[in-house]
Amino acid sequence: MMMQTSATTGLASNATAAQQAVPVSPLAPRRRQGHLVVQGVSKRFAQRDSAPAEVLRDCSFEVEPGRLTVLMGPSGCGKSTLAYLLAGYLAPDAGSLTIDGMPITQAGPDRMLVFQETALWPWMSIVENVMFGPLARGDMSRAQARQAAEALLQKFGLVGFGDRYPSQLSGGMKRRAELAQALINSPKVMILDEPFRGLDVMTRELMQEYYVQLFEETQLTTLFITTELEEAIFLADRIVFMGTAPGRIVRGLEVDLPHPRTIGSMTSERYLEIKKDAMATLIEYGAVSTD
Amino acid sequence: MADATAGQTVTACNAPGGFSRLARLTGVNWRGALAVVAFVLGWELLVRFKALGFAAVPGPLESLTAFWATYASKASYWESWFASFRRVVAGFVLAQLLGIPLGLFLGTRERLRELMFPVLELMRPIPPIAWVPLSILFWPTHELSIIFITFIGAFFIIVINVHDGVRTIKQEHLWLARSLGAGEAMIFRRIVLPSVLPAISVGMTLGIAVTWNVVIAAEMIAGDNGLGRLTWEGYVSHTSTVVIIGMVSIGFAGYLSSALVSWLLHKLTPWRA
Repeated sequence: MMMQTSATTGLASNATAAQQAVPVSPLAPRRRQGHLVVQGVSKRFAQRDSAPAEVLRDCSFEVEPGRLTVLMGPSGCGKSTLAYLLAGYLAPDAGSLTIDGMPITQAGPDRMLVFQETALWPWMSIVENVMFGPLARGDMSRAQARQAAEALLQKFGLVGFGDRYPSQLSGGMKRRAELAQALINSPKVMILDEPFRGLDVMTRELMQEYYVQLFEETQLTTLFITTELEEAIFLADRIVFMGTAPGRIVRGLEVDLPHPRTIGSMTSERYLEIKKDAMATLIEYGAVSTD
Repeated sequence: MADATAGQTVTACNAPGGFSRLARLTGVNWRGALAVVAFVLGWELLVRFKALGFAAVPGPLESLTAFWATYASKASYWESWFASFRRVVAGFVLAQLLGIPLGLFLGTRERLRELMFPVLELMRPIPPIAWVPLSILFWPTHELSIIFITFIGAFFIIVINVHDGVRTIKQEHLWLARSLGAGEAMIFRRIVLPSVLPAISVGMTLGIAVTWNVVIAAEMIAGDNGLGRLTWEGYVSHTSTVVIIGMVSIGFAGYLSSALVSWLLHKLTPWRA
């Protein structure tokens, strides 16, 4: 999928004074911002008939600004819970979460989360879904929001689909519409919670390349959650590994493959070294079986 | 065709120029039309040959003749339609107007739910018809009693459905709106309400069917007019053609209201293809 940078330049004039702290266009390269720090975070969930389940224990890690951090671990290790804590949907039982030094106390458009399953509202057309954020906050007029949304849809190869309902789009298209829905708010951080799960292999690979291109272009601070090692290495500047029961951070691994990443990156010798190294960690913490 | 799995229908479906093709070309369910014709024909034959139990049952031809000759142009017949429809609409609309907000409250307010749910659960299993005597004692006119009973028929169904609908709203849908900066009022209007529309849809579809059941029974017991009363009068006056005319009219009336409700719901939820 090709990226067209020209589509975004027209948006520059839409920014209001209040938005000067954030990039003018949703797709302009980010100033280095969106530094997430998770410090000693623990979380338990009350259960009806038994003792509270300990989901996260003493988790600490950072998502550095302008980098793509991948959070990897076996299913059920609390990756999504961490994402919900960072998004401000849940509060930790212990520890702290901050963005650019400010404590995270509630949900906000500076941290956009793309959910595992599509969260597009089925009763709104695609363009209405995308326009929702700026209109809800009163950041843009309807006309401005429409223009910004159309520009993003064009960017994401969804021209002509704006007036469709989400149910009329394929899985990959829905994912791209959700990226547009998030990016129109000029977030400081994108948190993607296994965003490509459930897509077929072809679409999944396309979407990975797509996100890498978007990231290279915008340098948008990203926390990408996945269970797939190949996906993790292909995308990551740094991989944070989690162990399970209770969820905890077990290791950080720098992925020093050169940018821009292409499918070719996955055949280099360095890639294989990193993969071997990562596999060892996964096996040690029971994320993959050894047979 | 869903019925193509049965051995004998496979050939019929595959036969070129069969009903499938005819249906595609004309947009009419010819199988269904044929079944209606076969039903009427079978009924006529059973009556003609005085099959067991059919001795006192009028045939469709006799009923239709009576209908054309006497009832089609009779004002009181159409007044029966009007009376029943008015009761159904009044009871049904009232049930939605009170039931939908109550269901929304019960679904969103835990305290209210704990307070009211046991009462609802105890009253819900009481069949609407069991309310007839109390209703007659309570309301000053029979008309109000019938509307009340009709209301009861649709009310609990819509409350329970809306309540369940609220409680199954996808958490992600609410979270996303919060991330995007929507306030409580906006979340209610743009997210909660549309989320619940499919549940309202189910509640209304079930409700309209029940209201017809209830209104006819209530009319038979306590009505001065209406299609239920017409049917009952046919029975007590030994004019069995009127019973048939009444029953068929009720069938049409129920079908018409269901079609109306499903058309309305389709308009309300255009995203559900």
